[in-house]
Formats: sequence, structure tokens, C-alpha cells
Amino acid sequence: MHPAVQGLATIVIGVGACLTYFWASNQVLDRFIFPAKGPNAGRNINRANQVRPWLFLLPALCALTLYLAYPVVETLRLSLTDRDQGGAFVGLANYAQMVSEPKFWEAMRNNMLWLIVVPAVSTALGLVVAQLTDRLSWGNIAKSLVFMPMAISFVGASVIWKLVYDARPPGTEQIGILNALYVWFGGSDPQQWLTIPFWNNFLLMIVLIWIQTGFAMVILSAALRGIPEETVEAAIVDGAGPMQIFFKIKVPQIYSTIMVVWTTITLTVLKVFDIVFAMTNGQWGTQVLANYMFNQLFVANDWGVGSAAAIVIMLLVSPILVWNVREVRKEMR
Amino acid sequence: MTDTPDRGSFQRAASQLIGGIFRGGRAAADGFAGQKSSLVWVTNLSVILIVGLWLFPTVGLFVSSFRTADQIASSGWWKSMFSAEQNLVLRTATPDTQVREGELFVISGNLFAEDGRDGTVISVWGVSSRAISEFEPGATAELRRGGAITLEANGDYRLVADEAFSGSRGPRVFVTAEIAPEFTFENYRLMLFDENNVEGMARAFMNTLTVTVPATVIPILVAAFAAYALAWMDFPGRALLIAFVVGLLVVPLQLALIPLLKLHLNIGIGKGYLGVWLAHTGFGLPLAIYLLRNYMAGLPRDIIENARVDGATEFQIFTKIILPLSFPALASFAILQFLWTWNDLLVAKVFLIDATGQTTVMTNRIVELLGTRGGNWEILATAAFVSIVMPLAVFFAMQRYLVRGLLAGSVK
Repeated sequence: MHPAVQGLATIVIGVGACLTYFWASNQVLDRFIFPAKGPNAGRNINRANQVRPWLFLLPALCALTLYLAYPVVETLRLSLTDRDQGGAFVGLANYAQMVSEPKFWEAMRNNMLWLIVVPAVSTALGLVVAQLTDRLSWGNIAKSLVFMPMAISFVGASVIWKLVYDARPPGTEQIGILNALYVWFGGSDPQQWLTIPFWNNFLLMIVLIWIQTGFAMVILSAALRGIPEETVEAAIVDGAGPMQIFFKIKVPQIYSTIMVVWTTITLTVLKVFDIVFAMTNGQWGTQVLANYMFNQLFVANDWGVGSAAAIVIMLLVSPILVWNVREVRKEMR
Repeated sequence: MTDTPDRGSFQRAASQLIGGIFRGGRAAADGFAGQKSSLVWVTNLSVILIVGLWLFPTVGLFVSSFRTADQIASSGWWKSMFSAEQNLVLRTATPDTQVREGELFVISGNLFAEDGRDGTVISVWGVSSRAISEFEPGATAELRRGGAITLEANGDYRLVADEAFSGSRGPRVFVTAEIAPEFTFENYRLMLFDENNVEGMARAFMNTLTVTVPATVIPILVAAFAAYALAWMDFPGRALLIAFVVGLLVVPLQLALIPLLKLHLNIGIGKGYLGVWLAHTGFGLPLAIYLLRNYMAGLPRDIIENARVDGATEFQIFTKIILPLSFPALASFAILQFLWTWNDLLVAKVFLIDATGQTTVMTNRIVELLGTRGGNWEILATAAFVSIVMPLAVFFAMQRYLVRGLLAGSVK
């Protein structure tokens, strides 16, 4: 069967099965298990209403448990076993092996660099663009264009930026803008930018900053517009300049939104895989954790160390997870 | 949207999202009452600069996808709007067009006749690939195979020899000339419609589409029922469940790869479309439930209570009232999930693409091309744009809608 037909069939079957489940289970509950008639009608209605939420939740809960909760536990277990020994329990041997590999520490170092640079630069740039465009007549168009990279895949963005960093042999016309400028400003031979250790990390980060700035801008822009007019007007009356208004009046008021943007981009950074995979595949000192893990899994075929690396990523994410859950529980009260 | 602009990007922050951005609303003049006009200028200029910087790389790739390999290699894309010096390799007419003039055999014509490049002016030329700028226009060059050629600046040539020309093709001529700006759809024809091109994107495009549509549609319904229960039904453990969903929002995809792949292999799904649909559904659910619950919780209580008083069952309330009213939130999730699945590489690589390569998706195909055709920008640029164009179209067409849905989801 052609995959496209298969896809359509899946939609019909999937949607049909969902609807049938919800409808039929409700019918069974109301008609047969706790019918709303007879001597116990009132009690039955109450009971049915106690069961019903779980009917509504069941498919989603099953999927969430199977596809997200169970893997966390299973990955933890796998990280303590060895595939070559038929899955025998080996304690922390995988972690020991991992920390003895220089590539792992390279990935850790780079991830820390990414964690510091990308959220900071994206948020700051986003805030600046949000503020600058706030009062422009064509601000919405400008925002739309800066926001656009969000729609482009990491792989597409990697191709776009690889062209920027492209290098041709010395003496020929440079078609990458970076080398063209470098040569034009009197640089010697064109550089293979992506192979220059340490600094190439920043060239990869630029790709993610390029994508995430729009996201930061969009959220911060909404926050800036939510600032009460009076506070700004009062500051103007008191003789504050634009800079003072921005840093002393506006930024403190949207501080919590800035934190949300920051943590959200941090999460993205921790999981960044496609950009490194497509542009350098971790060569020349650009390895990051997610790509290191992918290599362990599918190139070295070592499920134990791969799982250990995944657990490290999970540990790095967990402070944000805890913070998020606490915030939501606060809201619920 | 997508380890690829990431579902994380939209998660909690979604509740404050995009909001004002496209609401228009506020007049340009509010705020700084005493804003100086010099400041306005600086603002305008800096925004122009930033927008230019942000667009420049994308435009570069876009323009490159409409240029031939020769053009891309001989000049930066930013020069493509102007005419540029290019090195061309052309052939004279074939020997069967030769005529006899007395003792001599002659082939004559214009080098640019076939390309229709009228008005091109040759600056230097040559007859060997090692000396492509040996001669000035008007000069005569001896050919290795015998005979001599005279080439004028406008491309008119005259090929003369004592003996008849043989072979099926005319000799090569290397010319350097100013070529007017020129763009072509040839790259797109080659990548999309040429069935003999094993590197073509047509199949990968269909595969991506096949992955995306079910993976977008199926989670919506499952999530909508769950979101309704979490928003409007009272039961013990509700708060705990919401916290559970929020926690799962940030669980990195990476943790799910090995256990789920093992699971799929064990229960016989293996690698394939079913596996990738299930995986995308599972990974998309937390965001879907979170977004939809927030939106549904903001719907007016009166409507639902009136319906209950009137004797509607919960199932009816959900299908007849909640679902239609939640359409903006459903649409905004659909767009996010669409972008995320379309742009995804990791999930497809792990759960879909097998050794046969028949089920490759566009992102994976592009990464392969980056490896094998690293310097062939006409191929890379075109392949990348084929994959980018759909998300961009959705982005620009539905931007307003997406924003409205997300904003509404945040009203509490």
C-alpha cells in the first residue's frame, strides 16, 4: 500500500477509533453500569460522574505514560546495564566509562558555553528588538521578519549558515559572505571557519541565536505592551531619559517574563542536536551532549553509555522541570 | 517547534505569548511623549539594520537556488543582480555544418547563438583548459587537432582548416565574458520533477507529508478530551495530573529514544510510519493538553453550567459546545505540531528511516546531501528551499491565527 494512502487510512482509523472509544465508553457508563434511572438513579449519576473524567483521560494518560514517563525510568535502568553482557547490571560502569572519554568532557564544556551564550544573547537581542520596534509604524513587519526563522528547520538553518561560512580556495572568488568580507578587508587566505577550534562553537551558536531571537522578541514584545502606561508617563514627568525608562522602569516590570524566555531557550539549548549534527557532526571540537548521545547510540551502538548521556541531559533539565511544576501548582491555588 | 524549534520554546511561555505583537492596536506615537526626532531616526535605522541582517542569510540561499552551478561558483550571490565576469566553456558548431571555400574547410557562426545571450562581450579567450585567457578578441589561435580559429568580441567565430573537420562535436572554446544577470528554474526541475535523479527531493517531500499529517491530526482529539476533563471536571488528583503534564513538557526527547525503539522492535512495529506517528503523537501530547486545558479553562462558566442544567450530558457538552469554541486553540496547536513534525530530524532518524532509505524525509536527505555534495550549492540550496517553503507559507498565512489562539489560551 502506498504510504500516503496508509497515512490517510491511519487518520481515518485513528480519529474514528478515538471518537468510537469516547462515545461508546460514555454510553456503556450511562446506560449499563450506572443507569440514571431506577431506585438508585441519584447515586448512579454521581458515581458515573466520578468515573467519567478517567474515561476522558485514559487514552492520553496511556500515551503519556508509555511514551514519556516509562522511558525516563527505562533509560535510567538501561544506563546501569551493559548491552554486550546481555543487559546485566553493571552499576555505574557506563558512567565511569563516559567520564573517562575526552569527547564527553568536550561535549560538557561546549554545552556549558551554549547554555551561557545562547539564552543570554537571544534574550537580550529579543528584548532590544522588541523595544525598538514597539513604536515603529512598520514594527509589525519587522517583527514578522525577525520571527520568521522560527519556522525554518534546524537543518534548513544549518544549510543557510553553511553558505555564509563557505570557503573557496585562495585566489578564487569567495561565495561565502564571511570570507568575502574577510578577504575584502585585507585578510590573508580565506578561512575554513567551521574547523577553527573553540571559535567554531560560536559560529554554531549564531545559528540558534538567529532562530531563538524571534521567539524571545515576540514574547517580550507582548510583555512590554502589558506595562501600565502610567508608570512610564510618571517617569517621563520626573525627567527620566529613554535609557533610564527602559532599564529602570520597563525591564524590572517584565522581569518574570524575561526569566520564562530565558529558561525556555535554555531547554532548547540543552537538547540541541540537529545544528551540530548537520554542520560539523561534532568534529573540530564542537561536540555537544545530544549529539554525543546520538553517536553513542547509533554509531558506537552502545546503549549503556548512550543512556547515561541521556540521563545527564535529564539531570541538567530537572531544575527547570521542578521550577515549572512549582509555578503551575502555585497558579492552581 | 522543532530539537527542532522546539515544543519547549512554546510551552510555558505560551501563556504569555505573542500577544500584543500583531494586535496592532497601540498607535505609534504613544509612550515617549518627548521623543526626539534624532532618536526616531536612530531607531528606524537600527531596526532596518537588524531586519537586514536577519534576512540576509535566507535571501542568500533563496537567490542561490535560482542560479546555475557556474554562476554560484564564479561570484557571490549578492553580486547576482549585477552582470559579472564569468568563465564559460562553449563549443563551436558540429563538423557536419562545415562548408568548403576553395581549398579550405570552414565552420562559422556565433558561440552564443544557442544560449540566446545577445550582447555578451568577450574580454579574453583560449582554446586549452590550461590557458583560458591566452588570446584577445580578434586574435587567431592554432588548434591542436589542426586548423585555426578566429574569435571576435561578440562571439562570432571562423574555424578554418586545410583538411575536412571530423568527429561529432566542434572544438571547445574557453571564453571569459561579462554575463548579464540570469536566473533559472532548472535546479527546481532537477530536484523535484526529474525522475532519473536519485538525489531528487520529490519522494522525500511525499514522505515528510506522510509523516506530518497523521502526526498532527491524531494527538488533537486525544488531547482535547483529556484537556476538557482537566479543565471542567472535578475529581481527586486533578492538580497532580496537571503538574504531571507540565513536568512531561520539558522531558528531553533524547530519553525516549532507546526505550521506545526497543519497545517498537519488540512488539513488531519496527521502524516505519506507524512507529513515527505514534512517537510524534506521544511527544506532542503534553503541549497539546497544556495549551487546550488553558484555553478551555478560560471559557465562560455560564455556558457550561446552563448546558448541564438543560440536561446535556458531558459528552454532548464537549462535542457540541467545548470543541467548536476551542477551535482557535486547536488550530494553534495544529500549526505548532505541524511545524515541529515537518522540521524534525531526530525522531524520523530513530523511528522511521531504515536501511533501505525508501522512507527518508527531507531533513535527512538534506543532511545526506551536505555530506556528499558539500560544495554543490545549487543542489543544497534548492533542496533546503523545497523543505523550507511549506513551513514558511504556513507561518505567514496562519501567523495571526496562531497568535490569537495562543493569546486566548493565556487569558486566566
